[in-house]
Amino acid sequence: MTSRPLRLVTGIATWLLTVAITLLGLAALTFFIGRILPIDPVLSIVGEKALPEVYDRVYLELGLDKPIWQQFAEYVLKLLRGDFGTSFSTSRPVLTDLISFFPATLELSTIGLLIGVALGVPMGVASAYWHEKWPDHVIRIVGLIGYSVPVFWLGLVGLYVFYYLLDWVSGPGQLDVFYVGVVDRVTGMILIDSALAGEWDIFWNAVSHMTLPALLLGYYSLAYISRMTRSVMLDQLSREYVLTARLKGASEFGVVVGHALRNAAIPLVTVIALSYGGLLEGSVLIETIFSWPGIGNYIYSSLFSADMNAVLGGTLLVGIVFVFLNMLSDVLYRVLDPRSRELAK
Amino acid sequence: MSLDTSLDSKHALRAARLTELRRFARRFLRNPLGVLGLVIVLLLLFTAAFAPLLATHDPYLPTLAARLSAPSAEYWFGADELGRDIYSRLVYGSRLTLLIVGLVIVTSAPIGLVIGAISGTAGGWVDAIFMRITDVFLSIPKLLLALAFVAALGPGIFNAALAITLTAWPPYARLARAEALVIRNADFVNAIRLAGASEARIVFFHIIPMCLSSVIVRMTFDMAGIILTAAGLGFIGLGAQPPLPEWGAMISTGRKFIFDQWWVATIPGAAIFIVSLGFNLLGDALRDLLDPHLRQRN
Repeated sequence: MTSRPLRLVTGIATWLLTVAITLLGLAALTFFIGRILPIDPVLSIVGEKALPEVYDRVYLELGLDKPIWQQFAEYVLKLLRGDFGTSFSTSRPVLTDLISFFPATLELSTIGLLIGVALGVPMGVASAYWHEKWPDHVIRIVGLIGYSVPVFWLGLVGLYVFYYLLDWVSGPGQLDVFYVGVVDRVTGMILIDSALAGEWDIFWNAVSHMTLPALLLGYYSLAYISRMTRSVMLDQLSREYVLTARLKGASEFGVVVGHALRNAAIPLVTVIALSYGGLLEGSVLIETIFSWPGIGNYIYSSLFSADMNAVLGGTLLVGIVFVFLNMLSDVLYRVLDPRSRELAK
Repeated sequence: MSLDTSLDSKHALRAARLTELRRFARRFLRNPLGVLGLVIVLLLLFTAAFAPLLATHDPYLPTLAARLSAPSAEYWFGADELGRDIYSRLVYGSRLTLLIVGLVIVTSAPIGLVIGAISGTAGGWVDAIFMRITDVFLSIPKLLLALAFVAALGPGIFNAALAITLTAWPPYARLARAEALVIRNADFVNAIRLAGASEARIVFFHIIPMCLSSVIVRMTFDMAGIILTAAGLGFIGLGAQPPLPEWGAMISTGRKFIFDQWWVATIPGAAIFIVSLGFNLLGDALRDLLDPHLRQRN
């Protein structure tokens, strides 16, 4: 019988340790990909045409003359200091590059997530409420299509139809060419920056550029969110408290939204956090189609200059964001669900 | 006498299995979307098997006069930037799609199953280490991890398949581990253990077979995901290399002509979409039939 605060502290400590081990494993994975998989890691960084001096410098920088475990220790220490290596295509530190490209990805995927939640949750609820009736079938098929469609292809088709044929939205890029660089960079998110500067022309131009990629990402996450909402809601609606609420005369809306959805909200938080991570993946392909200046495009263009530091840095960053999203959903779960608080005691 | 009863019971068993199979088929046929999925998958297999008979042109032979020509009686889906018939390339591309999916499935599912089953049965530090490794792999989006792997290994269809395998095994490990945790102390497993079976025998002959129905469902869904990841890698230029008619790579070359010759990029994409939809529909139907948890709920 230990005291409650002590248990809380040990609980948090074990949990932090788990996260730390996962992050260390992540570093081990990128280390493995960058240093051990390539036949010559130096060549994969500097490219075939490097001068011998450059080759030797990188060879020593990587510490390839040292034993592997020591190389790994140094790699981890460097990462902890925020040193992700230097990008050979932009010749800037990879971390600086990532920081400058990340906000654009964050902005796009956040808006995509908002769209996905705003449409996906009601669709999932409707699907569960009319279980095995036509709304359920329609929504399930819409979701299945979202699962099956190659997102980069949908982007191309979208550009062809809505930009080229119908001219409803603007084409690739974040802004029209003559607006680029007009607004001062504050957050790196173009909507916020242009609104802060009071440049509403630019704001609406950015909206028009963002509509298509954000809708596509929204659809991509909608497929997952609506399916998960459906299964969680089906589970809740079959519980006895729903019957009780109905017997007490609560309205159908009150039963479904006020009772069942409220209870479903807790697992849904996890689902939404995870789909946010999935959006980061979808944005890699979407960004290359829409020339969106984010992490995905950065990784894509680094691949072509065989810039492994940049590719692995981007991968590591997305992995870290993923781990933190998982952590966040864990924490939210514990905060929101009184039962898991009980269990933790 | 004893021989006869065992023969009888064998007959009875076979008859029972046949009835079970028939019942399964009847329930499956009641799901029109599942049937549609099955038809799409069978069509893919058929196309891949009889590609040379179905193709109307040589998929590799450039005909510069026909460069980027629109869909017509001669070129059903048009021709690409080298004047190669897109329809014939699609037909041959189905082989590459199946090759990648096959390679990934036959490697990732067994690896995941063995790791998960050992992890769940052994418990303790073995379990802790294996599950940490699984978590690390699950903590990076699949496409990105595959992309980093291929970037290090070099592009190509086999490296792409290898990279996708490395990202595809963890869900199987999770699944097998969960199953193993439930049954490692079940009475029948303890009985086998008392009868002197080794832990390896328990893992391979009793725990892994128990996971198979969930694995089949998971695999069908996974195939759709693998097709999409492979197409994504091909699109980025890390999958099959030219002149191979891989569907993702075909979209990537057609991308330059999207506004003027829309068919070059959109038609291969439609093929990817239909095939992955087919696997998803089939997976959905199989899950409804095979998943014991769902069966109880309905």
